[in-house]
Amino acid sequence: MTSVAVTATSQSKGGAHPGRLGNTLFGGSAWTFGILVLILLAAVMIALVIGALPAFREFGISFIWTEVWNPGKDIYGALAPLYGTLVTAFIAMIIGVPFSLGIAIFLTELCPNYLKRPISTAVELLAAVPSIIYGMWGLFVLVPLMQKYIEPAIIATFGNAPLIGALFAGPPYGIGLLTAGIILSAMVLPYMVSIMRDVFETVPPQLRESAYGLGATTWEVVRSVVLPYSRVGVVGAFMLALGRALGETMAVTFVVGNSYHIMKSILAPGTTISASLASEFAEADGLQLGALLANGFLLFVLTFSVIGFARLMLLRLQKQYG
Amino acid sequence: MSSTVVKTLRLATLGALAALAVAGGAQAVDITGAGATFPNPVYQKWAEAYKAKTGTALNYQSVGSGAGIKQIEAGTVDFGATDKALDTDELKKNDLVQFPAVIGGIVPIVNLPGIASGQLKLDGASLGAIFLGAITTWNDPAIAKINPGVTLPATPITVVHRADGSGTTYNFTYYLSAVNADWQAKVGSNTAVDWPAGVGGKGNEGVSALVQQTAGSIGYVEIAYALQNKLTYTKMMNADGFYVEPTLANFQAAAANADWATAPNYRLVLANQKGKDSWPITAATFILVHGKQTDAAKAKAVLGFFDWSLNNGQKMAEELLYVPLPAALVKQIASTWTNDVKADGKPVWP
Repeated sequence: MTSVAVTATSQSKGGAHPGRLGNTLFGGSAWTFGILVLILLAAVMIALVIGALPAFREFGISFIWTEVWNPGKDIYGALAPLYGTLVTAFIAMIIGVPFSLGIAIFLTELCPNYLKRPISTAVELLAAVPSIIYGMWGLFVLVPLMQKYIEPAIIATFGNAPLIGALFAGPPYGIGLLTAGIILSAMVLPYMVSIMRDVFETVPPQLRESAYGLGATTWEVVRSVVLPYSRVGVVGAFMLALGRALGETMAVTFVVGNSYHIMKSILAPGTTISASLASEFAEADGLQLGALLANGFLLFVLTFSVIGFARLMLLRLQKQYG
Repeated sequence: MSSTVVKTLRLATLGALAALAVAGGAQAVDITGAGATFPNPVYQKWAEAYKAKTGTALNYQSVGSGAGIKQIEAGTVDFGATDKALDTDELKKNDLVQFPAVIGGIVPIVNLPGIASGQLKLDGASLGAIFLGAITTWNDPAIAKINPGVTLPATPITVVHRADGSGTTYNFTYYLSAVNADWQAKVGSNTAVDWPAGVGGKGNEGVSALVQQTAGSIGYVEIAYALQNKLTYTKMMNADGFYVEPTLANFQAAAANADWATAPNYRLVLANQKGKDSWPITAATFILVHGKQTDAAKAKAVLGFFDWSLNNGQKMAEELLYVPLPAALVKQIASTWTNDVKADGKPVWP
């Protein structure tokens, strides 16, 4: 509304070519903003590479698969944080994906109207909770619960199972990769739900109603009509959530344990790249700073490849189903 | 809970009003400092009293020793504060002058239901083995042996250490290195080390919170944090073989041994001091200022603050369980200022 009014006044005041100057300015600034994104990205990349150089020069490419972090002796390797980053994000997705799918399907297919709004609002509010609050909730509420009830039960049930036993062994610390993964799943859930709900709603009602008309059950409609129609958006939602899970910092720092040793058990403490940066950046200098920045660079590459991979998969999906 | 909130709000409002009142009055030279978190409570207390007396405000950022050193080197603050004393080369390189400000104690804290403060005894061997991950349950014979009469649970031990670089860690690991050969060989001492076991928390607050949340855990914090959060501390065996409590008197006993007169640049670690009352993990914390000052008035204001605090702030320090420096040392520090801190080649102090 206001823009129309502005154009109108500028036109009445303008000379021979009304609005041309405004158009040039508008186009120019839009271009600038667009290019600025690219420049920013490149600048961040260059700054990270320059900062990380000392570490890569000192330790070479083996920095990536070395499991040491010793600020006393100035020896660093990124394997433990890399491992922790991947494992916590993986746990978050394993828990988050089925939950969010369920919630989104419930909201679009099954939910009675009087419940739709409260649940949608609750999901959106979850997304608005600052991550430090998730961290404090994790430390003060979830960790004691995990230590007292959940982890002992997991250890008793799976701890001695063949093959997977080692994954669930060890004393119940409460703090660790599993707890971090659970917090992360709660944090990425609202993103996945909101995107998937919106995507599901784009399914044309004719398709859905025809299927129901043919006698399909809700499950059949979801599986054969809604999901195939919206698969691109659903995969996109997963990838966005994964990107966020990989980079989440404060909440993870609170509950992950910040330990630079890789243990077999997912109940054991570990660390992630962003947690290591959050804990050590302020005090680091020299080679340690280089190693931290190298970690940051690796996270950048990791997140980038996740997004790239998602794009690739979407392209293939689109081609396949044309 | 709500009454504390109200109290805090009231204090904050009062503080804001006071700040406004001062801002409206005469403009004094304000000074800035940054660094160690360990002495932060006493610096804040001194700053408050000093401001009430002289109008000069101190803005101290409790950001950690490493950050404090970095900031004074970069010249973004008027003084830096560190728990790890710099050596002569490091001081020379950045034209810094170093002096101690206060002495404090670091205590092991545990979360063992049924065990009260001072009930559990530990020595260098057992504490080192716990932090190395060699002892993994509380009823281990090595702990049981020195704790006759105490019922120790079979709970697994969760070691809690600092995740960030810290002067508290430096002094704690320095102590462990001094009393435990295994620790010395495998880990050593620094502001951050390669912890063989356990989980990391950020800051003294982070370690306190983790210990409070985790049954069977053990960590280490500055004594004020242990008392504020009502954490269970342990007794420690000192160099003379006595088990002592972390009390002000026992910190003082350890501090009394220190030979400041001969330590170059006051670089002295007070861990594992002799004397039957000495608390073994006692540590001094230090201030750094530039030797060549550009603004004589500002430099004088900084030294004036510490002169007043070291001569008048003993009682405030003791209330917070810090050991104030002895009078002879304060005199020695003043002469260091006169000799080493200069603006345009002229001494700034007195």
